Order: sequence, then C-alpha cells, then structure tokens
Amino acid sequence: MIPALLETHQLAVDIGGRRVVNPLDLTLNTGERLAILGRNGAGKSTLLSTLAGLRQPATGCVLLGGEDSQLIAPRIAATRRAWLGQFQSDPFGSSVLETALTGRHPHLGRWDWESTRDAEIARSALQAVGLQGMEQRQIHTLSGGERQRLSIATLLTQAAPLYLLDEPLSHLDLNHQIAVLELFAGAARDCGAGVVMVLHDPALAHRFCDRALLIHGDGRTEIGTVNSILTAKNLSELYGYPLRQIEDGSRRCFIPE
Amino acid sequence: MPAGTGEFRAGVDGGQFQVAPAEVLAALLGQEGNAGDVVLQLRLPRAIAGFACGGLLALAGALMQVLLRNPLADPYVLGISGGAGVGAMFAMLIGLPTLGIDGLAFLGALGAMFLVFGLAHGDGSWTQTRLLLTGVIVAAGCGALVALMLSIAPETKLRGMLFWLMGDLGQSAQWWPPLIALGVALVLTMPFARELNLLARGMMQAQALGVAVNRLRYAIFLLASLATAASVTTAGSIGFVGLIVPHLVRLATGNDQRLLLPASVLAGGSLLVLADTLARTLIAPQQLPVGVLTALIGVPVFLFLLSRQPK
Repeated sequence: MIPALLETHQLAVDIGGRRVVNPLDLTLNTGERLAILGRNGAGKSTLLSTLAGLRQPATGCVLLGGEDSQLIAPRIAATRRAWLGQFQSDPFGSSVLETALTGRHPHLGRWDWESTRDAEIARSALQAVGLQGMEQRQIHTLSGGERQRLSIATLLTQAAPLYLLDEPLSHLDLNHQIAVLELFAGAARDCGAGVVMVLHDPALAHRFCDRALLIHGDGRTEIGTVNSILTAKNLSELYGYPLRQIEDGSRRCFIPE
Repeated sequence: MPAGTGEFRAGVDGGQFQVAPAEVLAALLGQEGNAGDVVLQLRLPRAIAGFACGGLLALAGALMQVLLRNPLADPYVLGISGGAGVGAMFAMLIGLPTLGIDGLAFLGALGAMFLVFGLAHGDGSWTQTRLLLTGVIVAAGCGALVALMLSIAPETKLRGMLFWLMGDLGQSAQWWPPLIALGVALVLTMPFARELNLLARGMMQAQALGVAVNRLRYAIFLLASLATAASVTTAGSIGFVGLIVPHLVRLATGNDQRLLLPASVLAGGSLLVLADTLARTLIAPQQLPVGVLTALIGVPVFLFLLSRQPK
C-alpha cells in the first residue's frame, strides 16, 4: 500500500503557549485538495509549517509519505513536500532564473551544478506562472505579484508530490489568482499531487478544493467536504461576521451582510 | 590567480630597500645575496601572511553576510576582533613577547565568540537580530576595555598597541598559520556553498528546500569566527577588507557562493598584499599600519557602492 502524502495523528499546535489546534487527525491522499480557512492569527500558517515539518508539533505527529516529519532528513523531506511561505525578503540580489533554480536543490548532489535539464525545468515553471522572458530580471525589480508567482515557480521546480501553500494568492490580480488555482488543481488532477492551501476566499476554496478545514483559533477545528462545511452558518461563526450564501449552478459564493 | 601573482610581485619587489625584479627571481630560485635575504626572510613571508589574512577576512565577511542575511555585516560585527583586541592589549600591557600577544589575542577572540554564541543562543531562538545585537554589544564592551587599557598604558607601549589595533602585518611572527587556516576554512566551506545560497534567501525557505539550517548556521558561525580570529591574531584588526571585498566580488560574480567565496578569497588576499605594499612604500622609510590604508581605500569604495543605483 502506498502511504498517504500527508497524515497527522493527534496533532496539536501551540503558538506562544496558546493551543490553536487541538488533536487533529487528517489524511491527504494523492490528487486531494484541502483548503484551510480561519481568521487572522487563528494559527493557519503555523499549522501549515507544522504540516511541512518546519516546526515541531506540540503533541502528536505529522507523517510525510508515511514517515515522521521530525525524523526525516531535511533533504528527503524536500522531495516529499514543497512549502510556500508568506513572506519573502531578498537582502541579496539574484536573477529570476537563479531564484527558480533554487527549487532544484534537493535533487542535486553536493558537488553538482544545475544542469541544462534543471534550467529547462525552471524555464517551464516560469512559463507556467507567466514569467517567461523575465529570466534575467533582478528579483528586487519585480512587483509583489510577480515575486509571488516567482515563488510559485520555484515551488514547481521542486517537483514534490505535495504542495503546502500559505496564501498562494497574496498580491495576485484576479486573473493570476484563478490561473494559479487552476495550475494546482491541474497538478492534483493530472499528476496526482496533493494540495493544502491557506485561503481567505471561501468561494475560491469551494470551487478549487475537495475538503475544507476551518480553524477557530481556540483549538476547535472542523473538517469536511466543501459542500458540507462551507456554509453561511459555519463561515459566519468562523469569521465572526454575518455572511450570505449565493448559489450559481454548482458554485457558491459568500457576501458579507 | 594571475591577479594574485601580480600583487605578490608588487609585494616582494617594492619597499624601502629596492630590489630589482631580476634579483627577486634569483632569490626565489635559491641564489644567495643581500637582496635574497630581504626577499626570502622578510618580504615573501609578509606577502604570504598578508594574502592569507586578506583571504580569511574576505571569506569570513562573506560568510557573516549570509549568516546574518545582512549585506552590511563584516567579520568584526560579532565582536571577534574586540575580544582579540582585549587579549592583545592585555598581553602588551604586561609585557609579553610576540607569542604571548598572539596567544592571548586568539584566546580573547575565542572568548568573545563563545560569549556571543552563549548569549545569543540563550533562549534557543538564535535569530539574526538577536545574534547581531549580542555581537554589537559584546564588541562595544570589548572596545571599552581596550580604551581602558590604552588609557593606563605607559607611553613607550602605546605606539605598538595602536599599531596592533589598526592592523599591521609587520607584527606577524609566522606566515604559515594563517595560510593553513585559510586552506582549511575554504575546504570546509566549499561543499556547503549551494546550501549557503539558500540560507541567504531565508531560514525557513532554506529548510523547506532541504537544508539542515541549524547545523549549517552553527558551522558557519564557528568557521567565520575562527577565520576572523586567525587573521586578527596574525595582523590585528585590519578593517574593511571583510566588508568591501565580498561586495566588490558580488558585482562581478553575482551572489552564487560557489563563485563568490573563492573569488573573495583571491580578491581579499590580493587587496591586502597591495595595501601592505603601499603601506610600506608610500612614506618610506616610515611604515604605515596597513589597516589605515584599507580603511582609506575602503571608505570611499563603500560609499560609492551604497549610493550606486540598483540595476
């Protein structure tokens, strides 16, 4: 049996002594897409970095490909999951292509230099996010949205079977928001990738994910299919603001009252 | 490398005692003579020590810039030279011979290194800001101790102490320890060069891409500190080489540590040999401390780099 891409057992997450996620059991298999929603400061990012193995769980464990994320060598972990962080600071200059190539690191030996094949992978990743022709640009000349797409391209070059995305849509215009979500939905459908993403728009979560995990910030979490869990009642309670649900065919959208 | 040899030629040819290039060659090939003694006993060892110290400083500077993710970091920012300064001043004050001065300087550098490490690591957070602030404070404390010792030192010792503080290759007793330190440091760093590229982009990103971040950061801290200590022990606190050289090299090679680190070593070594040659010849027979020259060269170059518009 192939182990699940991601599994948690009795996972608890603390931020500064406050428990934000109480025992959570979660399994993500190939091709599945999970949205994480919650208020600011509810612990979405902290949970995501814990799922990536970048942070130690308070209790319980995270399994990446069947192995405890705290026990796998960082390099092996990097071939099992790709993590998109929320913040990029670039104190040193670098070109767009060089930055995209950093995703190849876990696939290269200690003395290897990036090959032409790696460069091809990076170029096609840049193309996938609409940054073709910008390979030689310096990263500090990019706009916020372009920088975000570059981070996503770097993630694609990493070629891991599981994507953990912390607000992948930040700084993106509407057109690129949908393009990025289509990209990951396609990766899940065609390549069997698992996708976990922190989103702020329940409508997009409903349209592009199979399941949703709501984080209330006091330890309570709810998980279920998007149809069952993304309802006006649940979301109004989650965000502490009344929302109205509007249906359009199979799509669902929520507007603040 | 050809650039390096050019500086070496200047380093062994030029000086207060003029030696013709042909005589230098003869001396290097093993022929006896007055000129041969000057070249082999004085200038060549000094040029080698200078090259090694410059290389060590440039390497340590490049590493510190990655460790602190701050392009303005230099090898002395974490207080290593301050600690060495305290050790060396104390040794001079109580009248120890050269070996004692070097020994106490090295101990002082190690002391400062462990102090900064212990304090910055105290609560386990070990962030760049905490490390930087701890280093700056330890350096300030060392500066105060050095000033205290200077103020109570007798007139006769003051000049030697000041020269040490400004950085002076004339005091180096041996040429081989810094050269060995440089070789070891470079051999230990190069296998991790690509991981350093990732670390420069952020700790979490680097870890997500498969770098054992904590281990690597400890290793860089130790290595950069020891490289700095080796250089400072040999030649005092020669300023600006560790700050300027990685910047200048970055203009040419970009920020790929696989090129940047070895290129910085070559450029730093060459720059220091050149500066030392100038220091010995500019107002010969009087010799200047080389640290004064590197600072005089470094300040305008650095200001130029700062004001330069990004591409």
